[in-house]
Amino acid sequence: MAGKTLYDKLWDAHVVRQEDDGTCLLYIDRHLVHEVTSPQAFEGLRLANRAPWRVDANLAVPDHNVPTTDRSHGIADPISRIQVQTLDQNCTTFGITEFNMNDPRQGIVHVIGPEQGATLPGMTVVCGDSHTSTHGAFGALAFGIGTSEVEHVLATQCLIQKKAKSLLVSVDGELGRGVTAKDVVLAIIHHIGTAGGTGYAIEFGGSAIQSLSMEGRMTVCNMSIEAGARAGFIGVDDKTIDYVKGRPYAPREEYWEQAVSTWRELHSDADANFDRVVHIKAEDISPFVTWGTSPEMGVPVTAAIPDPGSEPDPVKRDGMVRALTYMGLKAGTPITEIKPDKVFIGSCTNSRIEDLRAAAAIIEGKKVAENIKLAMVVPGSGLVKHQAEQEGLDKIFIDAGFEWREPGCSMCLAMNADRLEPGERCASTSNRNFEGRQGQGGRTHLVSPAMAAAAAVNGHFVDIRETK
Amino acid sequence: MDSFKKMQGLVAPLDRSNVDTDQIIPKQFLKSIKRTGFGPNLFDEWRYLDHGEPGMDNSGRPLNPDFILNEERYRGASILLARDNFGCGSSREHAPWALLDYGFRVIIAPSFADIFFNNCFKNGILPIILDAATVDKLFADVAENPGYTLDVDLEKQTIVTPDGEAIAFEVDQFRKHCLVNGLDDIGLTLEHVEEIRAYESRRQNEAPWLFQSAENQ
Repeated sequence: MAGKTLYDKLWDAHVVRQEDDGTCLLYIDRHLVHEVTSPQAFEGLRLANRAPWRVDANLAVPDHNVPTTDRSHGIADPISRIQVQTLDQNCTTFGITEFNMNDPRQGIVHVIGPEQGATLPGMTVVCGDSHTSTHGAFGALAFGIGTSEVEHVLATQCLIQKKAKSLLVSVDGELGRGVTAKDVVLAIIHHIGTAGGTGYAIEFGGSAIQSLSMEGRMTVCNMSIEAGARAGFIGVDDKTIDYVKGRPYAPREEYWEQAVSTWRELHSDADANFDRVVHIKAEDISPFVTWGTSPEMGVPVTAAIPDPGSEPDPVKRDGMVRALTYMGLKAGTPITEIKPDKVFIGSCTNSRIEDLRAAAAIIEGKKVAENIKLAMVVPGSGLVKHQAEQEGLDKIFIDAGFEWREPGCSMCLAMNADRLEPGERCASTSNRNFEGRQGQGGRTHLVSPAMAAAAAVNGHFVDIRETK
Repeated sequence: MDSFKKMQGLVAPLDRSNVDTDQIIPKQFLKSIKRTGFGPNLFDEWRYLDHGEPGMDNSGRPLNPDFILNEERYRGASILLARDNFGCGSSREHAPWALLDYGFRVIIAPSFADIFFNNCFKNGILPIILDAATVDKLFADVAENPGYTLDVDLEKQTIVTPDGEAIAFEVDQFRKHCLVNGLDDIGLTLEHVEEIRAYESRRQNEAPWLFQSAENQ
């Protein structure tokens, strides 16, 4: 009999019951909650007179609507304010732990879960947010859910699910200098397509993935949904265990050794079979820049914008033409000639300490170029911000002309006041370049933190391998 | 949830692939704490010429004459014909809420994004996957025939065209059962309370750290 994949192991450990057609009741260990996708779920609980099944499995934080500037006067937008207050009230009513807007631990839900040790290897982790796959970096089965499912988890601690197919994306070899986790995942999405992972759970493996830090692994797993997969994960190794150790919600001392020995099994067996396997050579990956309105529309920074005329599929060709019109770009233009108006370093993809260090290393001693109207850094959490300040990174950013903000989702999706104006172009470390994502009419280029920082100080995209 | 058995509806075509949930319902409308009232802001950035914000009176806003759903012939459509990877992007259930509130009960496409597909079933919308060639033909037929309608029968799993051609479709049997009967998932799951409790006590022995309260730290 063939061995088990990591996905098999995670799935099997959480099946409460299985129907003949394969539909399973799956147990959920950790439910992360934020203000946007939860109010209707709490309301549903109230209407049905139900209580949360297991209060201590939930952890809540407001992140999408919070201001990244001075918070001492609360939230100016009354509708955003009501949504955040509703989360506060729901958590109080139902007894759920919440890091409120002024808690030093507040931050983006996908940053604080791992940071607190609330995300652990072997867990099922869900949240009403498609980037929940981030937590898969810890050898956890983590995926985004809708509001009906948020209510379902609150009420039953379970979800009704069918197992997906398994896809192994193996990135082997050594990543070149200046090539980061963000470039790896953008290259993967470009390779398999934005729907390439639909119906699959992706395991990321291979020596290049193993070489990544936990922060880098989170960046890769974070964007699984941009390849269509609800879940993406990576097997447990020493780096995983070292990262978890000592965090506030990590297993207490009496359970630690037992937990670690269980976690050591959380990798695919050597003889496991996958439904599909994709191999990518690490050496072939360059710093990536997206040019269009789907995350699959990306090219190496050394390339030019592709010509829709050479695309044989008419639906794809139309999509390219529409994207170029929206983005205000012409086929054949070298990526390095594109000049952003704004630079955003942040989001659940790239706002952790390592991301801020990488960006700071590029800009140290330099100034933001004159054509850049705004360059901003939004740390992923209050604790990331604090650590960066301890390391003096805030000074480097501020001296260069960046704005140093409070933590939250910010201009990744522009639900708060941080947004692009129509026609503005942004070098962004976020995860989606959809039309209007960062503000109606805004034009997003997805890049790594180092590439965003280099664009800020040069005023256009540059190949960071040619800088220092 | 409203049950879905069969319906006849006017078909509206949206001929682009990778329609994402940011397009279906832009983020500013996600600030609502209700699950109704999203219909007037469905496809807001494509549908109107001005910038929409929550609380606006949408009836007076300038419509984009180039957006297909604004064409008179598609007014009152309840079946949306779409392309590959419809509903990609975020998990926002506001997307199916907006489609439902606008009046769509069926969406036909060659493929859907997983989370959106799942969210549809929880809200009484039937997403139907048909092969690309069949979808192509439907796009052509809709364009040529104003007032083009389809009969969708979930129990029989067929779509019947105006000239009587029957197109079969697949649907997960559990989801079909829930949709046909308008069943609440939570109610179904709570029939298995004992099994959930039994799982929890087994897990508590195997992996006690999963049950330690964060508050004890």
